[in-house]
Amino acid sequence: MSETESSRDYADVVLVAPVTLPYTRHSIRTAHWFAAQALSRLVKSSGLTKADIDGMSLGSFTLTPDTAIGLTQHLGISLRWLDHIPLGGASGIVALRRALRAVQAGDAEVVACIGADTNYLDSFRQSLGNFSVFARDAVLPYGSGGPNASFAFLTSYYMREYGATREDFGKLCVAQRENALTYPHALFKKQLTLQEYLDARLIADPLRLFDCVMPCAGAEAFLVMQRRRAEALGLPYVTVRSTSERHNAFPDDPIQMRGGWVQDREHLYSSAGIEPSDVDFLQTYDDYPVMSLIQIEDLGFCAKGEGPEFIRRHSFSADGSFPLNTSGGQLSVGQAGCAAGFLGLVESIRQLSGRNLARPVPEARFAMVAGFGMITYDRGLCSAAAVLGKADT
Amino acid sequence: MILHLPGHMPALPPAARSRAALGLTAAAALGRFQLQVCADCGAVQYPPRETCRHCLSDRLPWTDQTGSGELIAETTVHLSQDSYFRERAPWRIGMVRLDAGPTLITHLPAAGAAAPVRVRVTARLDKSGQGVLVAFPIDEVTTMVNDRQLREMICDPKGRKVLVTDGQTAVGQALARQMLAAGATQVWVGHGKSWKKYPGCAELAALPRVAMQPLDLTDSKSVKHVAGAIGDQVDILINNAELHPPLGIAAGKSATRGGIATGNGIDAAQAEMDIHYLGLLRLAHEMGPAMTSRGADGPPGPIAWVNLLSIYALSNFPPQGTFSASKAAALSLSQCLRAEMRPSGVRVINVFPGPIDDEWNQAMPSPKLTPHALAQAVIGALKDGVEDVYPGDVAADWLSRWRDNPKILERELSA
Repeated sequence: MSETESSRDYADVVLVAPVTLPYTRHSIRTAHWFAAQALSRLVKSSGLTKADIDGMSLGSFTLTPDTAIGLTQHLGISLRWLDHIPLGGASGIVALRRALRAVQAGDAEVVACIGADTNYLDSFRQSLGNFSVFARDAVLPYGSGGPNASFAFLTSYYMREYGATREDFGKLCVAQRENALTYPHALFKKQLTLQEYLDARLIADPLRLFDCVMPCAGAEAFLVMQRRRAEALGLPYVTVRSTSERHNAFPDDPIQMRGGWVQDREHLYSSAGIEPSDVDFLQTYDDYPVMSLIQIEDLGFCAKGEGPEFIRRHSFSADGSFPLNTSGGQLSVGQAGCAAGFLGLVESIRQLSGRNLARPVPEARFAMVAGFGMITYDRGLCSAAAVLGKADT
Repeated sequence: MILHLPGHMPALPPAARSRAALGLTAAAALGRFQLQVCADCGAVQYPPRETCRHCLSDRLPWTDQTGSGELIAETTVHLSQDSYFRERAPWRIGMVRLDAGPTLITHLPAAGAAAPVRVRVTARLDKSGQGVLVAFPIDEVTTMVNDRQLREMICDPKGRKVLVTDGQTAVGQALARQMLAAGATQVWVGHGKSWKKYPGCAELAALPRVAMQPLDLTDSKSVKHVAGAIGDQVDILINNAELHPPLGIAAGKSATRGGIATGNGIDAAQAEMDIHYLGLLRLAHEMGPAMTSRGADGPPGPIAWVNLLSIYALSNFPPQGTFSASKAAALSLSQCLRAEMRPSGVRVINVFPGPIDDEWNQAMPSPKLTPHALAQAVIGALKDGVEDVYPGDVAADWLSRWRDNPKILERELSA
């Protein structure tokens, strides 16, 4: 593992205007519509005009056959900086990283970071076959269980290796549902009991219904701009203390018991100038509860294999111990394609800039947000993370 | 297009593959498990690709694997996005760490030892005819035909109804008897007008579960009649009809088949084509749609179509020049048949024997393949689910020469 050069900090750039387009299970709208509505809300929320936005970073799977460039014509926007980041659950943080540097370097003044995807009745089934060459050749012909099957392998392995129980995963899901009940845009609005979790129908052993995210349609977005611009506009903002991304980490591991965060966490904390104990809340990429465990471990909140014990120790509610996925996470809000990679970021921006929709985390100063994505064969290839800070930190 | 199959086809597992991945299918068609191994650094690759994951070399020849490894995780899929698997849910799959390096996602026996357990991975053709991996616990005997998930990857004759198109030969009789021995519930044995004069036929006809069936592949009406009578009952069709010694058919220039100049005349060549090529075409026209008319009914249903070809179909054997040419024509047609049968889930199996030890290969030197050994090879192909079988030493020798360099083989054969 090579030493990572310390990189320039992000002190002069900030995140503003957290926007969530309420999710729907299925939609007849295109991804273009979701992206457009997100942009419209960014404009309204920031008080800028459409013409003030001169950069855009888009994460989307279902925009196809278009890419971000097609969207500029659809939306009538002229840009001097454009990026399309089809990295699924890592799209948000990777978009953030690119946009921060673009604004710092002066390549753009205001970058709209948007994750937007639609979900037609048949989208999910169709996306499985088109996701990757490896998936088509070496996953789909084996039962066509999709990501559920991939994470079933991981979950069963983790349970055997580290003694996690169904109740441990259930506790996370139930706690996140409690958080979701305070968040108006969550698709799941009913309380979940541990017994309901345990008794739910089998999807892919040992995963049952409430272990699996629900694919849906929606959008998440925020703006990146210079701190002085945000201050001039009077916009509440949050700062970025450090970020990381890592692709295809540990390729020789037989099964993905750790992500690239293990390689980057030291740099992540030292650049941010904080310790794991300084983090006031964590937003994991929770497509399945086992991934939350792995991220809790890999981001240094407990040692590898101590995840189950960690779960038993904490409440995970926004006002309890170790607040986690404070809007309910994907497991309760829904997984809106690439927007899912923005969910934790946007929720953290709201939490740290006093624009809460969900129950606030009291006196929160630092958030850790993780992104994870792109299972092209047997493991998620992208791991990303960002430490966000309150304006005065 | 040679077939007009009925519109309602059975659900099949996902068949789309990249070109690189078809290397797995090509090996599985022969009953082998191969992965790409880098010719420069030796790294074993999976999933299939075009560039070595270790050293970026593009020299990745498909290489035989022992398949030994450990099943490190498993799941049973209860909710599938695919119709084939949804109809067959729950479906058990595993993740195997191969001793050679890569992690594989594989099918598992529906009932078998739980992870973690040592396994041997093999490659099979699934119901779509594409190569897939199957991991078997090494300490267990898994009989594929008895396994709910794996039985559709093979074409075991057990409990099946079989048509052998020509019972008047030693090969046909050996095939019929071994199908019975393998558990076939019914064997129709095709014959010409007067089977009673052919040795062995009377004994065969007397066996239980055997029915003699008039069938002349050179006569479209005869083939149509058979298709109408039994076509929708046949699970396995074995087309073994071959042109026999030129007793009265050949131009009389030679007692054995021959080349263009010294051997048979046009009449003999036409007769060979009439059986080997046009006979197959007539069968395909009539039996193909008849067999697959119940294709979507689910098992039991038609599962296999076996063509007795010849190793001479790969490269012409000049002493039997017109025979070779007719077998080459049949091979080409069988590829079309295979493509058109695939949506129905019926596997087309081609058998490429060298010289068979029968009366009309008397002049050929040893080694020759006994009718019994040939029939055994056909049974083996059905039970193992392979698509191309090259039984016997001569066929194996020719195949390796042909795979090495077809042009060199052509020169060797013309020596």
